Amino acid sequence: MSQPFAKLPAWADYGLLPLINLIVAFFVAGLVVLLVGESPIEAAVLMVKGAFGSGDGVGYTLYYATNFIFTGLCVAVAFHCGLFNIGGEGQAYIGGLGVAFIGLGLGDTLPWWVVFPLAIIASGIAGALWALIPAWLQARRGSHVVITTIMFNFIAASIMVYIVVQILKPMNIQSPETRVFGAGGQLPSLGWLLNSVGLNMRSAPLNLSFLIALVAAFLVWVLIWRTKLGYEIRTMGFSPKAARYAGISELRIIIITMMISGALAGMMALNPIMGAQHRLQLDFVAGAGFVGIAVALMGRSHPVGIVLAAILFGMLYQGGAEIAFDMPNISRDMIVIIQGLVILFAGALEHMFRPTLQRLFHSLTRKKDGTAHALAGGSQ
Amino acid sequence: MDSFITILQLFDSTIRLSAPLLLACLAGLYSERAGIFDIGLEGKMLAGAFAAGAVATWYGSASLGLLAAIAVSVALGLVHGFASITHRGNQIVSGVAINFIAAGTTVILGQAWFHQGGRTPSLPNTARFNAINLPGAETLREIPIIGPIYFELISGHSILVYLAFLLVPFTWWVLYRTRFGLRLRAVGENPAAVDTAGISVPWLRYRAVICCGILCGVAGAYLATAQGAGFVKDMTAGKGYIALAALIFAKWRPVQAMYACLLFGFLDALGIRLQGQTLPLIGEVPVQLMQALPYILTIILLAGFIGKAIPPKAGGVAYVKER
Repeated sequence: MSQPFAKLPAWADYGLLPLINLIVAFFVAGLVVLLVGESPIEAAVLMVKGAFGSGDGVGYTLYYATNFIFTGLCVAVAFHCGLFNIGGEGQAYIGGLGVAFIGLGLGDTLPWWVVFPLAIIASGIAGALWALIPAWLQARRGSHVVITTIMFNFIAASIMVYIVVQILKPMNIQSPETRVFGAGGQLPSLGWLLNSVGLNMRSAPLNLSFLIALVAAFLVWVLIWRTKLGYEIRTMGFSPKAARYAGISELRIIIITMMISGALAGMMALNPIMGAQHRLQLDFVAGAGFVGIAVALMGRSHPVGIVLAAILFGMLYQGGAEIAFDMPNISRDMIVIIQGLVILFAGALEHMFRPTLQRLFHSLTRKKDGTAHALAGGSQ
Repeated sequence: MDSFITILQLFDSTIRLSAPLLLACLAGLYSERAGIFDIGLEGKMLAGAFAAGAVATWYGSASLGLLAAIAVSVALGLVHGFASITHRGNQIVSGVAINFIAAGTTVILGQAWFHQGGRTPSLPNTARFNAINLPGAETLREIPIIGPIYFELISGHSILVYLAFLLVPFTWWVLYRTRFGLRLRAVGENPAAVDTAGISVPWLRYRAVICCGILCGVAGAYLATAQGAGFVKDMTAGKGYIALAALIFAKWRPVQAMYACLLFGFLDALGIRLQGQTLPLIGEVPVQLMQALPYILTIILLAGFIGKAIPPKAGGVAYVKER
């Protein structure tokens, strides 16, 4: 047991190991596809074609990816502090309230470039406030943030149903949603961006918030690896004891981290609400908060990894919708399985292949060391 | 008299609604008392419900459905054990994964096998756990007060409801009066001590996870073949999480778990009852408030306003032998 394991080189730790976990997850998902009587390879081809084969496919893929970048960052920031924020779903939900507040109130009178920054702030604040109570409970009362954020997801869902149905829904609409925002509450499409690489996006809802998501990813990188606060957050994550010894206030760091995390989840609401539907629809989060967990685990909590993992899951969402036309036995729920498998293999079972890989690298490096010693001995 | 019957019916549906919560809550109790946190109650219940619905459809037998539910739920429990005991993975992450795998697989397989949008065909009464009329229920019915209580409240539930409530004293006995129970509690508080005594920590924890799987399977079978007539997509609808809340509310103790589940079941029954009705003084109570109340109560508990909930000390921590 106490055989010294070689430290994995960075490329293996951040590239090879996640890749192995991902391949295993997809392999098991392929077994499920076999079980329902379809060909996994054909399904994979259809999926990739559906996601990247056309302009609107790419548009939709990146549109979904936008949601997952935000929620993935939300989970990752909390991970760095050693917290597991499972409440991205609820925080995004409440964030939608902030967006709707601005969109309904100012969308009719102000241009979008004034409304948008305000909406970013409002969604961020709404999401952050929703994360505040679990954060406080964790920091002060030691009640596990996982439990409280799960509870807050359900409470958020109940509150939103009440607010949308009882307060925001206009009388003349049957479905639970607000009225459509004015022109100022609608974000410009990113069709020109895809046009510039020769793709026609048609009606795909890719919009400006995609770029905001990329900016957010960059800012998270700056925060975590280039600021004092980020250093404190990581210290708390590595060793709360060391952090306390270094005079870092646990209460302060936990609350700030959770609020940043909640704010990122809240901003996810910009994309579907201001960017695509231009109104607050019930259920607009649609599980994106939970996908964020898989995305953060797969991206190893690094913004670059998260953006890549988010695009992969965007592909699964868009491609999954396309597959359903050709293979009626496979619906979008297949993604939920893949998501679960990714969380299982990249998260809970991340140590399964590590020892094997470490032993492999250990024996490789030892061999190299051995020859080096032999050479050194020979020359003397 | 009318209001008396109404109240009795309310309590009756309370019992029906709290039975699956209680089964899942006791399931979580075995696991968490052994130091394995289990967010995956929801997923195991859901997978169990699907297995029960599917097998009862194929073979027309509720008992076979129950066995299948237990088998599937235990299998998922073992996955959780494999990840969190053998490979010392994060227990929360593993539980979340199981919930997603169950949620997706039940719909995909349900659609592929039965072509009804993810649900299993409606079960005839012969393939369900039906209500059992206790002896003398009909004859005693005419006796005032006691008669209706016996007829409405105590008699006329399916066998799984009685099983759920009988499991409460049984679990208490196992936990506090048997060697296994003592070791189970010890391994959740101080696994090193158990290890020193020469007892295998992983094997003990695996057994706890299996107990948890069995009870989750029963809970799922109850949903699909006793309360309902067949599996419906996302049938558990958060019951696993409410059971988790009840477990915290009960501070990981069996008898209190029953009270917590009855309370949450009562809130549920009351919410259904009050739907669209106006109360004197208060006005119309939003259904959403009733739905959120179990969660809000748990949060208030966790905030420390109703005593303090202290989880098993070694909960969520993988045991490393070599130190």
